[in-house]
Amino acid sequence: MTALSETAATEGAFSTLRRGLRLTPEFRAGLAGTLLLALLATAGRVVVPIAVQQTIDKGLTGTNGPDIPFVRTAVLLCAVAVLTTAVSAYLMNVRLYRSTETGLAALRTRAFRHVHDLSMLTQSGERRGALVSRVTGDVDQISQFMQWGGLMIIVSVGQLLVASVLMAVYSWPLALLVWVAFLPLAFALRRFQRLVSAAYTRVRERMGDLLSAVSESVVGASVIRAYGSEERTAAKVDVTVEAAKKAQTRAQGLVALTFPTSELVAAVATAGVVVAGTLLGVGGHLTAGELVAFLFLVTLFVSPMQTATEVLNEAQNAIAGWRRVLGVLDTEPDVADPGDKGETLPRGPIEVRFEDVGFAYPGGRPVLHGVTVDIAPRSRVAIVGETGSGKTTFAKLLTRLMDPTSGRVLVDGVPLDRVRFSSLRERIVMVPQDGFLFDATLADNIRYGRPGATDEDLLLAMTELGLADWLEGLPRGLETPVGQRGESLSAGERQLVALARAYVADPDLLVLDEATSAVDPATEVRLQRALDGVTRGRTAISIAHRMSTAEAADEVLVFDEGRIVQRGPHAKLVEEPGVYADLHASWVAQRSI
Amino acid sequence: MPPGSPRVNPRILREGLGVLWVAVRAEPWVFALSVAASVLYAAMTVGSATVLGRVTEHVVLPAFREGRTTAGALALAAAAIVAVSALKALGVAGRRFYAGLMQYRMQARYRRAVTRQYLRLPLAWHHRHPTGQLLSNANADVEASWAPIAPLPMAVGVVFMLLIAAVSILLTDVTVALVGFLVFPAIALLNVVYQRRLAPVATHAQQLRAEVSEVAHESFEGGLVVKTLGRETAETERFAERAAALRDANIAVGRVRGLFDPVLEALPSLGVLAVLMIGSLRLRSGAMTAGDLVQVAYLFTLLAFPIRALGWVLAEVPRSVVGWRRVRGVLDAGGSLPYGEAGPASGSAADLEVRGVRFAYETEDGPARVLHDVSFGAAPGRTVAVVGPTGSGKSTLTSLLVRLVDPHDGSVLLDGTDLRDLRHGGVAATAALVPQQTFLFDDTVRGNITLGQDVPDDRVWEALRLAQADGFVAALPDGLDTRVGERGATLSGGQRQRLALARALARRPRLLVLDDATSAVDPQVEQRILAGLREGGDGVTVVVVAYRKATIALADEVVYVEHGRVLDRGAHAELLERSEGYRNLVNAYERAEAEQEAVENETTEGEALGNETGEEALR
Repeated sequence: MTALSETAATEGAFSTLRRGLRLTPEFRAGLAGTLLLALLATAGRVVVPIAVQQTIDKGLTGTNGPDIPFVRTAVLLCAVAVLTTAVSAYLMNVRLYRSTETGLAALRTRAFRHVHDLSMLTQSGERRGALVSRVTGDVDQISQFMQWGGLMIIVSVGQLLVASVLMAVYSWPLALLVWVAFLPLAFALRRFQRLVSAAYTRVRERMGDLLSAVSESVVGASVIRAYGSEERTAAKVDVTVEAAKKAQTRAQGLVALTFPTSELVAAVATAGVVVAGTLLGVGGHLTAGELVAFLFLVTLFVSPMQTATEVLNEAQNAIAGWRRVLGVLDTEPDVADPGDKGETLPRGPIEVRFEDVGFAYPGGRPVLHGVTVDIAPRSRVAIVGETGSGKTTFAKLLTRLMDPTSGRVLVDGVPLDRVRFSSLRERIVMVPQDGFLFDATLADNIRYGRPGATDEDLLLAMTELGLADWLEGLPRGLETPVGQRGESLSAGERQLVALARAYVADPDLLVLDEATSAVDPATEVRLQRALDGVTRGRTAISIAHRMSTAEAADEVLVFDEGRIVQRGPHAKLVEEPGVYADLHASWVAQRSI
Repeated sequence: MPPGSPRVNPRILREGLGVLWVAVRAEPWVFALSVAASVLYAAMTVGSATVLGRVTEHVVLPAFREGRTTAGALALAAAAIVAVSALKALGVAGRRFYAGLMQYRMQARYRRAVTRQYLRLPLAWHHRHPTGQLLSNANADVEASWAPIAPLPMAVGVVFMLLIAAVSILLTDVTVALVGFLVFPAIALLNVVYQRRLAPVATHAQQLRAEVSEVAHESFEGGLVVKTLGRETAETERFAERAAALRDANIAVGRVRGLFDPVLEALPSLGVLAVLMIGSLRLRSGAMTAGDLVQVAYLFTLLAFPIRALGWVLAEVPRSVVGWRRVRGVLDAGGSLPYGEAGPASGSAADLEVRGVRFAYETEDGPARVLHDVSFGAAPGRTVAVVGPTGSGKSTLTSLLVRLVDPHDGSVLLDGTDLRDLRHGGVAATAALVPQQTFLFDDTVRGNITLGQDVPDDRVWEALRLAQADGFVAALPDGLDTRVGERGATLSGGQRQRLALARALARRPRLLVLDDATSAVDPQVEQRILAGLREGGDGVTVVVVAYRKATIALADEVVYVEHGRVLDRGAHAELLERSEGYRNLVNAYERAEAEQEAVENETTEGEALGNETGEEALR
């Protein structure tokens, strides 16, 4: 499996919520107390207006003129209720914020870790931006809902229920009338809400397009400049800006329609209540005071209905966000760490064994076929072959960035998938071709694999690698900031740093995947020689893009179309006709000028 | 970067209103419509209270008193209620729609402007600003600038509504009106305090949200390094630390909101209670009627919510001001790359001359000089190799040749014309650079090669053939129409390089600049590419940065660069003869080989011993 799990995307909203709550126990901490406070706050919100209404009705507009003592008592009681409501709302808010934010921070961190635990194949199958948004925007969406909508839902539903019950108590025929008026709205709202949420999905998609278009105009600035395609890029951005604006306007138009619709329905219901209530009153079934009180209840009933669309929208977004986060957590890493059950390899020179290893990318043709090879401890092995012959795949299997489709890889006699990652990553380190650096100083980057290394350790390592001169040439030495992705350095310099980083990590097996392809020959030879010295006694495997590496190695593995077709020392291979002799001949031909 | 969250003070408010004025001037009609709709909404909100009061007084109560009513009266009452609501609904819809339209139009307008500016500003400016910052200028900052537009019409409507209400209450009873004049300013004031308290914590949270995103982005981008060095736990700690800071900031926001929201809700209720208390006394003294009192109480409850719109506008103002300052920062950035008038020469290969060029990058510690007085030339149809150690300024030199940057001193001449005198597009029409780091757009193979120019497919294929890329492109599922993914993610490094090369070749440039452009390509493949270039290469002048001897050998002349200076120029053989640095560089492999053989001859017998000592040295 290389794609993120889709199970979460298809399950129901409630099931998502249940699973989400189970995965995030922090949400449930003190939930009972919070709900109790919410109940109190809701009760206050409904009772206070009713009490006010009653006071007006009984105290002021009674038949005997204003009843001042009654009004005074009622007003005082109401004030107490108002304050109690405010205090419980405050306490509920604070509790809710604390528990949800704590839960979300934990969820965010767990998802982040899980992304790193996913295999390289799964990671590279996703857009980077999409992965980032799983731990940022998607979680923020839940947070936003919790901070606003979550509260709203509790209070709104409560208000709706209490208002409904009271309406029925005052006059059930009128209550029935109101419900009948709102019933179609409830259905319409669902449809509306679906339309609105689809519109917002479009907005997000268009915004995504817009962002990548803008991002290309920034990241690709030099290509755009070099090829004079500013106009075309601007036109491309314009198209996405226009599309985003259109989608936003459409969504806004829908929302602008939704809210007034409930306003209109409320007006129809009110008008209906006035007409029906008056008719009932004429028939002697209702008093004027009851009708006025009922009209007041209708407004209480209407206001949560009016916010319902927005709350439902936020809820929908939050659930969608939650689904995407759960989608990450649901994805089983296809290259899993055996963890504590796994074995720890003792330090010392490493022996590698490939047993009939085959590999195919998911849905692709096999790229390695039945590779069987032993690499003795302390040996320095070079791997050569044309592009696409399976060299990098071999290296990725050896470092367990991927697992073989068939056969197995053993390190010191232990199957690779039984070795704990902590032990594996400490002992086997690969330097990929693209020297990615973090936006920090040179020192931070070099000690990345061994944070305990002191500046002296780093300087010593640089000297051992023959890079001290280069380091001295930098204005701020080890404290030089490397910029985003290391882009303040040249491509060759980045490779030097990446190599130093791996060296400082002090592995027993070093795997170099064309790690010095952008470095000048003199530096490369110096580096090669330094590496020979410092890795003596360790196992080193390098994928060579220059035959000089192969010439210096103890043994050469020659890859061709996913198989090892030749192996042996350079001196032997160069004599026998075959792939290696051809590769070498063309290399010599290139040089002998 | 500091959170940059100015408080709502008169100066910021003035600046914020200035930003809004920019929007009003840009979209006067949309703004007028939204305000008109909002005023309609405001009037109808007050109107609905009046209508309900009138209906009660003239239709409902008489009916109850007399025990009969007419269908006409009831229909009129119902119609009045629905009509007022319909107008109110119209007002709400119009206000929301036009406010949104204005906001989105302003966003679109400034996103276009900012991107245009990015495309116009010189690369030196780009180098000084991190990618993330530029993206957020075009996205989040533009959005923040125009955020107060959404609640603005509502706020204008509210001011109008308050005026009507004030007059209406004042006409009813002066004493009760005094309560209103205490409560409404109190709500408004509390709102200001609320926003003042909220703005800094909210901005802080916003800042942390950006930081969390930055950490995640960088960490996932360096995922392979994290994996290969087993640093997942440390990365998670780094992320968890930011996530915890964001959590605390969000809780701080929650505390402020959690405190002020209930208070703001309670205040009008308390106001109504005060009105009732005082009103009942006034009622007893006969100063006002019960109906008046009910209407005033109703107005209070009606206004309690909309009055907060004033607060929403104020809440957005500081963020808007900060966003606008950043957007203006981009739009006002100077230092464009001025173009001349001269048209590019046409015909066959170009003539390139570099005269006394100096260049330095701006850094925090002052300028870092990269090129010192570099001069060389390439006659039409000739190939010049630029050779030098890693970090000697070769890539910078190539970017000067196609005018990605301008030299601080000296000049680059193409067919005798200074690059700075060529009109816009003149350089691109003549010269093509294939950089060391290839950049592919998230587009099809064809799109990446033509870059939107009208290039026929057979010419695209011809370029692909020359770049030795026709084979793998033909094998792609959709051939030329295959999408290459974000930054060409679906292709290998060598494949990306060959596409980038084909992109340059498809334009049939008269000057081709290759900056180590085949480093990820196999030597064998590179050989074929170079052979192809040589065969059809009469019409093109080539400057190539290279390490491989075969590449260098194709050159008519070699320019040897070290520490940003041209140390020697001449034919390969001549340089081998007289330049030690050059000799050491290009012969590095042979020398290593020779030494290796010498060492091997010496130590065949002592190999086991060598291993032993090596191991000891490690311990």
